[in-house]
Amino acid sequence: MCGFAGIFDRAVHGGVSPPAELLRDMGQNIRHRGPDDEGIYSAQGFGCVHRRLSIIDLATGQQPMLSQDANLVLVFNGEIFNFVELREQLVTQGHQFTTNSDTEVILHLYQRHGLDFVSHLNGQFAIALWDKRIEQLLLIRDRVGICPLFYTVDQGKLVFGSEVKALKPALSNGLSLSAEALDQIFTFWAPVSPNTIFKNVFEVPPGHMMVVDRSTIKSIQYWEWSYDEDYSQASEEQSIGELHDLLIDATKIRLRSDVPVGAYLSGGLDSSSIAALINQYGDVPLRTFSLNFDQGNFDEASFQQTLVKKLCTEHSNIMVGADDIARAFKNTIYHTESPILRTAPVPMGLLSGLVKDNNFKVVLTGEGADEVFGGYDIFKEAKVRRFWSRNPNSQWRPLLLKRLYPYLNLPSGNHNVYLKSFFGQALDSPDSVCFSHIPRWTTTAKAKTFFSDDLNSHLRNKAMDVLMESLPSKISSYNAFNRAQYIESKTLMSGYLLNSQGDRMLMKNSVEGRFPFLDHRLIEFASKLHPKTKMKGMNEKYVLKKAMSRYVPDEIIQRSKQPYRAPDVNTGLNTLAGEEFQYYLSDSMLGQSGFFSPGKVAMLQKKAEKGKPLSTSESQALTGILSTQIVYESFVKN
Amino acid sequence: MDEKKIALRKFVLENYLFTEDEGALKDDDSFLDNGILDSMGVLELISFLEEELSTSVEGDEVTPDNLDSINKVLAFIETRSH
Repeated sequence: MCGFAGIFDRAVHGGVSPPAELLRDMGQNIRHRGPDDEGIYSAQGFGCVHRRLSIIDLATGQQPMLSQDANLVLVFNGEIFNFVELREQLVTQGHQFTTNSDTEVILHLYQRHGLDFVSHLNGQFAIALWDKRIEQLLLIRDRVGICPLFYTVDQGKLVFGSEVKALKPALSNGLSLSAEALDQIFTFWAPVSPNTIFKNVFEVPPGHMMVVDRSTIKSIQYWEWSYDEDYSQASEEQSIGELHDLLIDATKIRLRSDVPVGAYLSGGLDSSSIAALINQYGDVPLRTFSLNFDQGNFDEASFQQTLVKKLCTEHSNIMVGADDIARAFKNTIYHTESPILRTAPVPMGLLSGLVKDNNFKVVLTGEGADEVFGGYDIFKEAKVRRFWSRNPNSQWRPLLLKRLYPYLNLPSGNHNVYLKSFFGQALDSPDSVCFSHIPRWTTTAKAKTFFSDDLNSHLRNKAMDVLMESLPSKISSYNAFNRAQYIESKTLMSGYLLNSQGDRMLMKNSVEGRFPFLDHRLIEFASKLHPKTKMKGMNEKYVLKKAMSRYVPDEIIQRSKQPYRAPDVNTGLNTLAGEEFQYYLSDSMLGQSGFFSPGKVAMLQKKAEKGKPLSTSESQALTGILSTQIVYESFVKN
Repeated sequence: MDEKKIALRKFVLENYLFTEDEGALKDDDSFLDNGILDSMGVLELISFLEEELSTSVEGDEVTPDNLDSINKVLAFIETRSH
């Protein structure tokens, strides 16, 4: 992947072409995304800069790339995995190519199909395409939001970039934080698209293109992750076979690269499946990378080793402890550009550092399988809660939740009361759109206890209202399981998992992630499967397990799902990094940003410093407050 | 009992509500209904009762009847002292 930024001066009479120096500054801010090369274009009121991470066509793939008639200017971040097939088709249709890159395919495809060209792409991409003749800029983002793309309008100019920090040099009044987006993050872990934590800075939503000319900015949705009740009529065996073939192809086309490709190995089903398929169908030896934790309850080393032995891979791992997380926290937040409620992105950034140190630029991962095939515990949890809601007074139904979460720290005595206080929320409205996610969001939202009165007074639209307004009306017609999957993909996946924990943690070390499970053909295939094929009884990702059973060892297929978690940030308060944390949590810093109540934060800090374990909400609050303060200092104050 | 009540209120206010504002908690406010305590919070409360107020809590005594408000906890302490 790469990075780009640019400016379109939309003044009616031509506009001012952005100075090359300004574009260079914008590019410098995202140099980590593309350390290999820089390219700049500026004319006729439009300018852009591209930072290149060379992966395909190392010799001639430079950007910005111009069409042969020089009427189109393209900067592009990501990969078009089916570019080989698209190129062949275009050649038979008479198109002549001067490079071997996927970038040039985009130009020709646009010339041939106009705006519809994007539906031909299979890949992960953010694209800025300037059509000089009609003075129109297209900003396009891949279907599920793997590659980031942001924009704002500043004094009539449209300013865009792969990361918000690339926009900053072009902004006349700098950046400020949005109270409403903070409210959304402190509920869903990510802002509701297209919002960002920065006021008036928006993302191009996944599956959308922005069509910008001198008078209008239009947002067009070209793809939607959708479900209908017209389920596939294929037999279970046929579905398993189709999934098997699709996943192999999705993996194989993601191995297309002119540099070596590696894989992450977490020890779970998803990454194990991808690693096993690379091993089976790739044409170079498999190279794998893993994360380990020195706190045993987070670690999955034994399962990783099972795979390493079976696949005979050359393997590297990095051991991460609470101190490492505390030390890397500030730099992580510089890259997430957004507050986070859990520390999980930090180890992912350390893991991509290991990949870089081993001179790899590309890794395949198992990201997306839990969303596509309904693998997360929250889907089981919703199923049990719905079952419980049919007989709310049952003494034994809620106990199924204890089986689902054996690590729950429940007091002895009357479990039901405490299970009910958390999981029993919304039990009287099991058909409500967000039923599946209410307990999680309520727990997260407790972190808002620490919001200052001033911040609360600026909240006009409540997070839940903003989310509900963003959901399509047809969602109420979805099966409850599909509805939960949709909400998960809309709220947590693109805004947090693929962004704060995904692209940002990979690209901070100039590493590109590729995600076979997020191939849109697989998503569309899985969306047509009956929910019972995805989760059979309480057996999650049933169809995937069946399809992968010949490649992945039984002990991994049959193991209980372990959610990826990392040690909390409060364990670092008493370490070297603690001193830095004290600075961000000081009365004076909290007073400057104004988002949190210094008195309340002091009490939380005191509790954490005593070394007593914090509750989930308290830990999320501390992580959220610290990260918000770091975002404020990194992007607003400075 | 007054000393115990003062200590208990201070503990709940500072540890769960993160405030010194006495008005933020009434003695009959339900800890569960108001989202003041979750399961981890209950464990902490039990540790506090045992360590600071010398009141041991058995497994079958961990119920809302005993632990769900300042007044209920105080009543529970009272029964244990007899």
